[in-house]
Amino acid sequence: MTDRPLKVLIAKPGLDGHDRGAKVLARGLRDEGFEVVYTGLRQTPEMIVTAALQEDVDVVGLSILSGAHMTLLPRICALMRERGMDDVLVAAGGIIPDDDVPALKEAGVAAVFGPGTTIAQVADFLRANARARD
Amino acid sequence: MAGSQGSKAAEGSKAAEGSKAAEGSKAAEGSKAAEGSVVERADLLCEAALVGDRRALARLLTAVENRTPLAEVALRRLYPRAGHAQLIGVTGPPGAGKSTLVAALIGELRRAGRPVAVVAVDPSSPITGGAVLGDRVRMQAYATDADVFIRSMAARGHAGGLSSATSAAAAVFDAVGFDVVLIETVGTGQSEVEVAAAADTTIVVEAPEMGDEIQAIKAGLLEVADVIVVNKGDRPGAHRTAGQLHAMLADAPREARPGRPAPKHPEVLVTTAATGEGVAELLGAIDRHRSSARGSDGESARLRRAEAQVWAVLVDRLHARVRALEGAEASVAATPRALLGVQPDPAAPAAGELLRSVAAHEIDPYAAADAILDRLVGAASGSGSARVR
Repeated sequence: MTDRPLKVLIAKPGLDGHDRGAKVLARGLRDEGFEVVYTGLRQTPEMIVTAALQEDVDVVGLSILSGAHMTLLPRICALMRERGMDDVLVAAGGIIPDDDVPALKEAGVAAVFGPGTTIAQVADFLRANARARD
Repeated sequence: MAGSQGSKAAEGSKAAEGSKAAEGSKAAEGSKAAEGSVVERADLLCEAALVGDRRALARLLTAVENRTPLAEVALRRLYPRAGHAQLIGVTGPPGAGKSTLVAALIGELRRAGRPVAVVAVDPSSPITGGAVLGDRVRMQAYATDADVFIRSMAARGHAGGLSSATSAAAAVFDAVGFDVVLIETVGTGQSEVEVAAAADTTIVVEAPEMGDEIQAIKAGLLEVADVIVVNKGDRPGAHRTAGQLHAMLADAPREARPGRPAPKHPEVLVTTAATGEGVAELLGAIDRHRSSARGSDGESARLRRAEAQVWAVLVDRLHARVRALEGAEASVAATPRALLGVQPDPAAPAAGELLRSVAAHEIDPYAAADAILDRLVGAASGSGSARVR
């Protein structure tokens, strides 16, 4: 069935407590017809990857505003590869300087959405780039 | 049919050659599993899940949730291995603390060394089909415990408090060796009682001050409770609410009327899930219910569960037959019309005409439904003749 909803994990790695953006995105993607698993604050890379694996999500969306993205995001991508989850799309959002984006893409983050991104832009990107469903 | 199978097989073998060329990493194994025939893929996933591969288990659950052809093959293989797990349903109104209580139960069960799986259902949007599945937020303490597996599911329009795949998902967890499966429903109102057929023991979670004795004697959710929990026990009124529930439910008759299931006498407990207070006692009550239900009551509960499962498949199969009759574009609203439209029988009125007749009160809806059913059964058995009046 190809018409079933895409499943997205929204997670907040690291220690910042600013989850408004993650919650707004979770709700916005719900309204775009996605099934959104929200895991809450202060997630370690291991917790996020385990949740993504158990939920068999198509997309992992990472919201991070602490400045620790260059440590945490590559770690998450590496763990996902270790567990054979190469087909899962990883996208990030939050406060991430443009200068860091090339290195993050190199590490496996497919897209970085900064302030001002609309929900529709995110939704369109995920629909266009998430793995093919069987 | 044979032609399409042949070409599918040809594609499969071509793809298999391609993946042979790929390096032998874990990812390549995964893609090999994705390219074989449905039966081969189901077998590979089942074998892997049975030896503890969590990614394979997750993929099986996705197939089950999406009710793909692979899911049926896998479930048929796994069903004989299931039947050993303790299935515990947790239901109650939104915000009563179901997820927090499930998390606390996971903690107790893990202290006892028992592997735990959770199926947590949240509602789907009736408008967009989207969902926010937020039950994991409360269960993060066990996020990396290898013997805990939590799976969120959207209800996807299913109305009974579960998703249509919940029981099948529980059976998969059961088959791969989870000792306990906790089934958390959507936040329920008064009448979503489906979980009682899916679980060995049903816990109804209430919050303090949610109602008085009149609420307690209303039909519905409380009737199916094997254990009642008043959660948020640190709030004022928790013990009073528990007392009221106990007073109204303790008066139930002890003996079953002929032909009816024995009345339940649920224990009423107070917990504070956020601190874990009362949760060990709750597990005790669940186990007491389980051992008391081992006899004839347990047998009838298992028969009810079997009946619910067979009915669910039967309804699915019926839908599929209807869809097959009418072609690819199916919608519930279009079903009777399209169904009546197939194989036009000169003796039968055209579909639109039949519905127009109902709309005009010329024939009644019962006669119309019988006509549709006759047409379906006729088509299914190949006799093809449908009576309309």
